[in-house]
Amino acid sequence: MINQFGNWIRESQIWGSIFRHGVPRDRRTRAMAILSNVFLHLHPVAVRKSGIRLSFTWCMGGITFFLFLVEIVTGVLLMFYYRPTVEYAYFDIQGLRAHVTLGLLRELHRWGAHAMVIAIWLHMLRVFLTGSYKPPREFNWSVGVILLVLTLLLSFTGYLLPWDQLAMWAITVGSNMARATPGAGSEGPLSAFIQIGGVPLVHAGDDARFGLLAGTFVGPNALLRFYVLHCVFIPCVVTVLLAIHFWRIRKDGGISGPL
Amino acid sequence: MDSILASSTSTLESVKHFINVACEPHWFMIISVAAFFIFLIGYRFWTKPAVAATIAALVTLFFLASCLDDNFNKIVTKADNVPIVIMMVSVAFLLWLAFRQAAINDERMEKGEPLLEAGADDKVLVWPDLVYSELIALVLCTALLIVWAIVLRAPLEQPANPNVAPNPAKAPWYFLGLQEMLVYFDPWLAGVVLPGLIVVGLIAIPYMDKNPRGNGYYTFKERKFAITSFLFGFIILWVVLIIFGTFLRGPNWNFFGPYEFWDHNRPAALLNTEFHDLFWVNLLGRPLPGHYLMRELPGIILLGGYFLLGPLIMKATVFRKLSRDIGFMRYSMLCVLMLFMLLMPIKMVLRWTLNLHYIVGITEWFLNV
Repeated sequence: MINQFGNWIRESQIWGSIFRHGVPRDRRTRAMAILSNVFLHLHPVAVRKSGIRLSFTWCMGGITFFLFLVEIVTGVLLMFYYRPTVEYAYFDIQGLRAHVTLGLLRELHRWGAHAMVIAIWLHMLRVFLTGSYKPPREFNWSVGVILLVLTLLLSFTGYLLPWDQLAMWAITVGSNMARATPGAGSEGPLSAFIQIGGVPLVHAGDDARFGLLAGTFVGPNALLRFYVLHCVFIPCVVTVLLAIHFWRIRKDGGISGPL
Repeated sequence: MDSILASSTSTLESVKHFINVACEPHWFMIISVAAFFIFLIGYRFWTKPAVAATIAALVTLFFLASCLDDNFNKIVTKADNVPIVIMMVSVAFLLWLAFRQAAINDERMEKGEPLLEAGADDKVLVWPDLVYSELIALVLCTALLIVWAIVLRAPLEQPANPNVAPNPAKAPWYFLGLQEMLVYFDPWLAGVVLPGLIVVGLIAIPYMDKNPRGNGYYTFKERKFAITSFLFGFIILWVVLIIFGTFLRGPNWNFFGPYEFWDHNRPAALLNTEFHDLFWVNLLGRPLPGHYLMRELPGIILLGGYFLLGPLIMKATVFRKLSRDIGFMRYSMLCVLMLFMLLMPIKMVLRWTLNLHYIVGITEWFLNV
């Protein structure tokens, strides 16, 4: 009965139009399953047997990507409940706790973000210790380092959004660093020399920290700026770089192994 | 009976006191660095399953026993600190896993046997072998994350208030290594230049490392220099400093032992030794020169010598073969990055021994090293 129903579905025109191959049971259809699916075709058709051992890859790159997807899904849902203004931000988060059914969204988002930072470090550690950055994978390692930096920036910009004491002061500590940028921060080395006719060009009202916070302190402008960076700009850049990163793994010969 | 209890309590207190002292910044770093090199030198011994399991059991026991202490418990179980405990455990476990396989591979190579990862032509289809493992990993991770989210609530403190600064005000945990560096360097170095160099240095790794061996399998023997320097940066200067900054830095960024109460009244540490004072006043017995460039000249010469003569001396001694193999450009890049990395432990040691504030202190330009 169930088998008959299954066959009826698989022989229908709709199923056939979506999946161009038969059930992946033999070599040909299994290869087709990978090749004809836009998501799965990020994989090669065949991989080195030793490469997919868990003790070799630790699965950390995959887990990082999985957590990125978790962050996107929970993040979009959180955006429904959250307004990035000083008046509402904190109370929206409080309301999320008190009123939203199955209110695990923020927990999933926050712990997922912490876990993603840890997983990406462990992924880098594995790639280093297996020498997988060596030719022909040099460029992909560099893309990976940029992704690491962007992951930290994603987490950093998200840190401010709950608008509680922890958030505000962690960002204050972090963004104070920008004030010391050589030549671009008002308290940075050599900035005092950048002046025209005795008028300093780099001061608290236009330096690197001002650019980051859109103000001289962590206020409403900084909240909006971090929100946009966190929800739109950095995720877009990460997505593009991820596509390059995955595509290059395939092009550079799949999971690494002895030459 | 009472006296036995009293004496065991006092023994426990003295053990706690001993550990508190052993966690002071200089001891903590010295012990970490020593443990790091002892592990690397004896990696074939330490990674044996029985040895590693014994160490893991002892550490777990110590950790659980420590949780009986109120001050320790309070800081370790703080919701936002739990990820750091998870990170410590996973880094330790995966380091063991990597070096275990490296030890096996190194031994096999000595005997001429095939590697763990041998069999380049031995291929399997991605469907089902890889796709299904990915599915299992996905389901497991989802379950773990949901359990984590149910057990531990995301913290929410008081609403942001620009007029009330918490003490200590800490950066997000993954930047605490950099915040710890602020103890030793000015913000322009600890907050801008050093992080920038970390990123540049990481990107540059594959272009500087011309060693063709160790590509695609675990080994330590074939890549001792590369692995030691990378792990020194990652473990000692990043992970250990994060652990230190999270668990052992309290109000006013003062040091507090793991069993110590975070006393808000402890005053911040004082720094008063400048290199120019040591040179002009203490060594030459003269007053400080009036002009700041003259005043800082010895420090500038010292730093210049470090960055210019350092590479040349190493080229003639320890790096003779390496510098020939990788060429002038790569060698210069490697030296700049390595010398900046080593500047961190060097400045730490100078701080602990001489209470040194700045080597070069041109406060007029905010240019302090």
